[in-house]
Amino acid sequence: MNNDMKKKLKLKVSAIKDGTVIDHIPAKNLFTVITILGLDKIENQITFGTNLDSGKLGTKAIIKVSDKFFENDEINKIALIAPHAKLNIIRDYEVVEKKIVKIPEVIKGIVKCFNPKCITNHEKISTCFTVISKESLELKCKYCEKITSQDQIKMY
Amino acid sequence: MKKDLISITDYSKDEYLKIMKLAAEFEENPNQELLKGKVVASLFFEPSTRTRLSFETAISRLGGRIVGFADPGSSSATKGETLHDTIKMVSNYADLIVMRHPLEGAARYAAEISPVPVINAGDGANQHPTQTLLDMYSILKTQGTLDNMNIFMVGDLKFGRTVHSLLMAMSEFGSPIFNFIAPEELQMPKVYKLFLKEKGIRFFEHTEFTDIISEADIIYMTRVQKERFSDPIEYEKVKNIYILNNAMLKNTKPNVKILHPLPRVNEIHTDVDSNEKAYYFTQALNGVFTREAIIAHTMNLK
Repeated sequence: MNNDMKKKLKLKVSAIKDGTVIDHIPAKNLFTVITILGLDKIENQITFGTNLDSGKLGTKAIIKVSDKFFENDEINKIALIAPHAKLNIIRDYEVVEKKIVKIPEVIKGIVKCFNPKCITNHEKISTCFTVISKESLELKCKYCEKITSQDQIKMY
Repeated sequence: MKKDLISITDYSKDEYLKIMKLAAEFEENPNQELLKGKVVASLFFEPSTRTRLSFETAISRLGGRIVGFADPGSSSATKGETLHDTIKMVSNYADLIVMRHPLEGAARYAAEISPVPVINAGDGANQHPTQTLLDMYSILKTQGTLDNMNIFMVGDLKFGRTVHSLLMAMSEFGSPIFNFIAPEELQMPKVYKLFLKEKGIRFFEHTEFTDIISEADIIYMTRVQKERFSDPIEYEKVKNIYILNNAMLKNTKPNVKILHPLPRVNEIHTDVDSNEKAYYFTQALNGVFTREAIIAHTMNLK
């Protein structure tokens, strides 16, 4: 048995012909990633696995979306909850490109403002934050100007 | 592009200076019919008699007409109308919106919805930029300059939005020194101290309210506001800590002035009122001229 065969045997989620594989998602955030990327609303074939063994993360999740290629802006949205996510772009069963996610400068509509007195927690407003620190992950709300820090981040 | 004033940092240093110059002009000549034929909406979703009267006086002296409400009880908000819908409707009627709202960020949101300019008259504990500009005008008038001031801020430096905005604005002028006097629970938030550090501006923190004020050019007193505390016991613990009385002013500099955004409760003893270093009542009057200046600038009338 050659190495390629062994690798295929080890795969717990079947390979795709064309599309994107998102790997190294923290297992507990899998469904949030699905929601943020709108994967629950598209018709493409999607397979995913979760609670898989991962050296880095303990347990990880993986998503494979057929015939879907994400724009950087789109994929960077998941950086907050899956900072180590890696994307493999697949064409005809081959990895043709690898991408990592980057925390964007501005985060729109994903994170809730931690401030209970912020207008965004009282009316239907899409939140908007400027990222003031990427290392410690601090987000400044465009509206109430308060800073939501990493341990306070909650998603919609 | 319309010129909203939501946050003190919406203005550049040049704009601060323009407002100072215009305020002096309006002080000289308060009644100018610049707003003749214009309608200004004054929307107070939270009562604030002082700020509202100051704004409405400024609008009246400029010859404008006022529509609006003075407290949320008489507004459509009690019927459950969203801020979004109220602003949509009012911005069809008026040429300018002045608004106060208990929720933070409400003014920024209103400015996004409204095609006419919005002036923030206070949004919760967040911003109250017209107060800051009138504080600056008071400093300029009494000290002859805004540069290199030694400013003591006393009381509630944690929730006191006026001290935060004043700190940001005054940091633009020369090399000021800030002294913060506050109890542990109410100290200046880290984010503002970081801001000063990044700008290389000196500041000192104290918990004792003593003769260190002899260095001050400006003593900015604040009220410990009950409504900013979620726990009433915390409020009771700190409400009576920092009180300024006349005897404490004995060794202060001759040019020092005491400012306070008002209303005061007990943090300045009434025996200070007759001291010529007390400036808080004149400071309030300066608010009318400063707001005339802000409105004229916002509406491109000057």
